Amino acid sequence: MVGKVDAAKGGAKSLQSPASNQATSKPDLSSMSTAFSFKNLKLKTKQQELLIRVSILGLVYILAFITRLFSVLRYESMIHEFDPYFNYRTTLYLTEKGFYEFWNWFDSESWYPLGRIIGGTLYPGLMVTAAIIYWTLKFLRFAVHIREVCVLTAPFFASNTTIVAYFFGKELWDSGAGLVAAALIAICPGYISRSVAGSYDNEGVAIFALLLTFYLFVKAVNTGSLAWSLASAFGYFYMVSAWGGYVFIINLIPLYVLVLLITGRYSMRLYVAYNCMYIVGMLLAMQIRFVGFQHVQSGEHMAAMGVFFLIQVFYFLVYVKHMLNDKKLFQALLRIGVTSAVGVAAIALGVGTASGYISPWTGRFYSLLDPTYAKDHIPIIASVSEHQPTAWSSFMFDFHILLFLFPAGLYFCFKRLSDATIFIVMYGLTSMYFAGVMVRLILVATPAVCLISAIAVSATIKNLTQAIRGKNTQTMSSKGTNSSKGLSKQQASLDQTIPYLKNGATALLLGAFYLLSRYAIHCTWVTSEAYSSPSIVLAARGAHGQRIIFDDYREAYFWLRQNTPSDAKIMSWWDYGYQITAMGNRTVIVDNNTWNNTHIATVGRAMSSYEDEAYEIMRSLDVDYVLVVFGGVTGYSSDDINKFLWMVRIGGGVFPVIKEPDYLVNGEYRVDKGAAPKMLNCLMYKLCYYRFGELTTEYGKPPGYDRARGVEIGNKDVKLEYLEEAFTTSNWIVRIYKVKPPSNRW
Amino acid sequence: MGRSPTTKDDAQALFQSLRSAYAATPTNLKIIDLYVVFAVSTAVIQVVYMAIVGSFPFNSFLSGVLSCVGTAVLAVCLRIQVNKENKEFKDLPPERAFADFVLCNLVLHLVIMNFLG
Repeated sequence: MVGKVDAAKGGAKSLQSPASNQATSKPDLSSMSTAFSFKNLKLKTKQQELLIRVSILGLVYILAFITRLFSVLRYESMIHEFDPYFNYRTTLYLTEKGFYEFWNWFDSESWYPLGRIIGGTLYPGLMVTAAIIYWTLKFLRFAVHIREVCVLTAPFFASNTTIVAYFFGKELWDSGAGLVAAALIAICPGYISRSVAGSYDNEGVAIFALLLTFYLFVKAVNTGSLAWSLASAFGYFYMVSAWGGYVFIINLIPLYVLVLLITGRYSMRLYVAYNCMYIVGMLLAMQIRFVGFQHVQSGEHMAAMGVFFLIQVFYFLVYVKHMLNDKKLFQALLRIGVTSAVGVAAIALGVGTASGYISPWTGRFYSLLDPTYAKDHIPIIASVSEHQPTAWSSFMFDFHILLFLFPAGLYFCFKRLSDATIFIVMYGLTSMYFAGVMVRLILVATPAVCLISAIAVSATIKNLTQAIRGKNTQTMSSKGTNSSKGLSKQQASLDQTIPYLKNGATALLLGAFYLLSRYAIHCTWVTSEAYSSPSIVLAARGAHGQRIIFDDYREAYFWLRQNTPSDAKIMSWWDYGYQITAMGNRTVIVDNNTWNNTHIATVGRAMSSYEDEAYEIMRSLDVDYVLVVFGGVTGYSSDDINKFLWMVRIGGGVFPVIKEPDYLVNGEYRVDKGAAPKMLNCLMYKLCYYRFGELTTEYGKPPGYDRARGVEIGNKDVKLEYLEEAFTTSNWIVRIYKVKPPSNRW
Repeated sequence: MGRSPTTKDDAQALFQSLRSAYAATPTNLKIIDLYVVFAVSTAVIQVVYMAIVGSFPFNSFLSGVLSCVGTAVLAVCLRIQVNKENKEFKDLPPERAFADFVLCNLVLHLVIMNFLG
């Protein structure tokens, strides 16, 4: 709590500085704020407004934090989902061993037998941030566990994002829009989905960094100051260190510059802002090992470099034009200059691509430009649910009224075009496109949507209140309220021409507040119902409405940690790799960092082969235990049987022996009596349904009734020859099998 | 064939008028220009050297070139900001512009020193 109040005061201080002179310092401020509360009536209007603004911002800051705590209250302070477990494990390593060890960490516990160079293949921003927070707290003598820091990092940064959103809105429009933007983004479900307490993932800090970079860049363009530009380069550096989504920044900003050039809005300020940001930002980004030389080598970053050269040429031409003051001569120069520049650029790009110096675009990038690309070419990208194209319902779910306010905000932006509003319009439109391509990119669009909607809300409400107040000041002009006189007269004259203006405005205002309150209710409901589940502990409603908790995952991982040899190798589908290494502390074959498709395909092949063939593969991979996730008893639908077709597809993509039609009957995927014979006898089926035929799961149904799929299974008499059951959790969600050693008789 | 003399004349006239126009530039801007030209030519020399010898310690090559390019670009920014003819930067005092310039250069070269290794 102390930290939050401090930060709110920090916001107050920076708000203060433009209004009064720089000399007001910290102790001064606190004494001033107490003075404010005591002699309220004597405040000037401006001070009142400042006080209200700061307190609203402070409340929004706190709100953004506490609305993300549902999961901690419902369950406990724990890390969620899959990737956060890896981040947690690396953070733990970082705080225990220090930065150099972390940077040079070769992890032999994952991707057995290959291993993984962790230090060079991750974005360290999140871990370093959490570690710095942890070290700071420790230095201040707060004894906290690193897990608590990790759990609360995302909400903390979400709070900081609201502050950035306020300043961004202020820069784009006015401080009112900034306040609305801060309030909207604080509770927007699209953002909450990735930043609830416990979702310790890169996106949590990356959205903050993204918005900060954009804000500082717009500020730099507006002021033309090198210092702001440098600050935005640092924001970019933080973004690069935190998330791979930085590619969006390095493509959006050049695009913006290009649009300004084409529309004739080029200015010296733009030149200063872009060049400094690009050069320093690029150099800083190269310090992150995972990014390395990509800024000069990969096709995704070439746009920025092209625009960099273009703006130099443009500057030079403008300069020469200014020097010459002669149209005809300049035309000649332009002709020579443009043809040679285009020629050189084309040759450089051609040579670079042909010689393989500039790498072609990666698969994920292609799938952004062409949504059908991944489905046809890269099953491992298509298999992840958050890489699917977005459905309309999820737009509505994540944005609610912002979806309607967004076009209205665009209208206001176009009505008052400036360099800053052009930027936010471009950010909004491009990110909306990307959000339509991939579900997870709704996250990137959220800040833009909030900001643009905030402009709409703020501008609308301002107009409406002015309309209402115009009447008021006319009737009570003797009192002389604070609205400016000229404006009120204008409004009054307007009022006479349009009948029922005041009533209409009041009705519209009430409507707006109704919509906003619905938004708040919707956001809270979504947060509590949909986005606060840790997905590692499952909750269900029992027959009498009571809550049933399935803690099978942790039960299984704890069993692994306690009962298997410390060098045991666990084979499972890649989804569970991070959790097994983080919680079970055992070596895994594949994990969620899907860097080696062949290795994953081998596991997929083993899972979809007959037991004896699978045994050969598992022997060659040194597998000791196999872990499968099975939801047939509890009705948990995202289990391995439902993921199985992806294993077949990914396996078949590398090993053509595995054919998808072998597992389907007339193109239909089923597990009951009518299932394909290969399906009924493959390893995955056997491991999931071993001894399941003896179990009655639901009253009135035959034994072996699978509740997740709602059918009676087809092969109730599963015999295992090369594996034996080692452990099954209390609700059968996780089943672990031991791979038997080879027989010593023949 | 008829075109080439006119192009040549154009180029000559262009060069002439550019030279005469440039002579009117204030001295402090001329110094900055010289600095920019020096930085750009150093970058070009490095690129040519890389083309002949090869780019093996790629980070060293990159930091060398980017240091020159960065210096040049920052100097151009400074030139824009202190130029009295630019109305956009009327209320930016040259001292502030120079302080920003020094700060950016400091950061740039600290990063480059880190990257050289």
